[in-house]
Amino acid sequence: MAIVARGFTGRGRSDPALPPGQYLTQDFPVLSAGPTPRIDTSRWQFTLATETGERQSWTWEQFLALPSEDVTVDLHCVTKWSKLGSHWTGVPLEEFLGELDTSAEYASVSSYGGYTTNLPVEDLLGGQAWIAHRYDGEDLTPEHGGPARLLVPHLYLWKSAKWIRGIQLLIEDEPGFWETAGYHNYGDPWREQRYWGD
Amino acid sequence: MTHTDGNLLAGPLRAILGVDLTTAQGTCDGCGARGPIASALVYGPEPGLVARCPSCENVLLRIVQTADRAWLDLRGLTSIEVALA
Repeated sequence: MAIVARGFTGRGRSDPALPPGQYLTQDFPVLSAGPTPRIDTSRWQFTLATETGERQSWTWEQFLALPSEDVTVDLHCVTKWSKLGSHWTGVPLEEFLGELDTSAEYASVSSYGGYTTNLPVEDLLGGQAWIAHRYDGEDLTPEHGGPARLLVPHLYLWKSAKWIRGIQLLIEDEPGFWETAGYHNYGDPWREQRYWGD
Repeated sequence: MTHTDGNLLAGPLRAILGVDLTTAQGTCDGCGARGPIASALVYGPEPGLVARCPSCENVLLRIVQTADRAWLDLRGLTSIEVALA
């Protein structure tokens, strides 16, 4: 006689910190779409450009002189692993965008190596996003996006562009590298927005 | 992260297009280099397969595949020459 366990949901998700469909990992897997750029901080530069063409750039020294924060955040990769309680040091995006005169609603983030990703400007503000340069108390390694990467942990990790080089503010949204190839334009892990139409 | 060669593309390309394209000759839209698709430098498979030109590292093609859908981007290839006989 077959035994049927009544009430079994089949999801097996016990950790409320995990979004739907994710599993917990203690590792920090490295996924990449190309060769890892090795950017010396002496030639690193971050450039913010508005929709009107106004540009402002920061050298590495100028970047490090900005007020930074230590944050502990959960990371959720679209390939289904999640890493909880990761420790970062970074400069909140308000430090770059706060005084800016812009009516742009969208941001296109670009990286050394050619990667791009897009997200709404409001997702960069309100204590939700940083340009991070230290991970777990150490300088950020190139494999994990060093010398500096975007950190927007409330979205799937492909939005947290490694090797960040600039942000272009836009009136019209401009889908990035993965967003033009099937991945969701916004990428909220709690709504499991992995692919187009999710 | 290291790359592998273009033979990793064989299965996904066959699933999408129904033909083996790895022996086809591709021309890079970035530098004009021409060679078999199998000679591409391939990164992935997650979050997607990215094939780059072995000469200039330009992205030749991208494949994102789920259980029931696939996306194929061939923008980095000016042309693909396929032998018919």
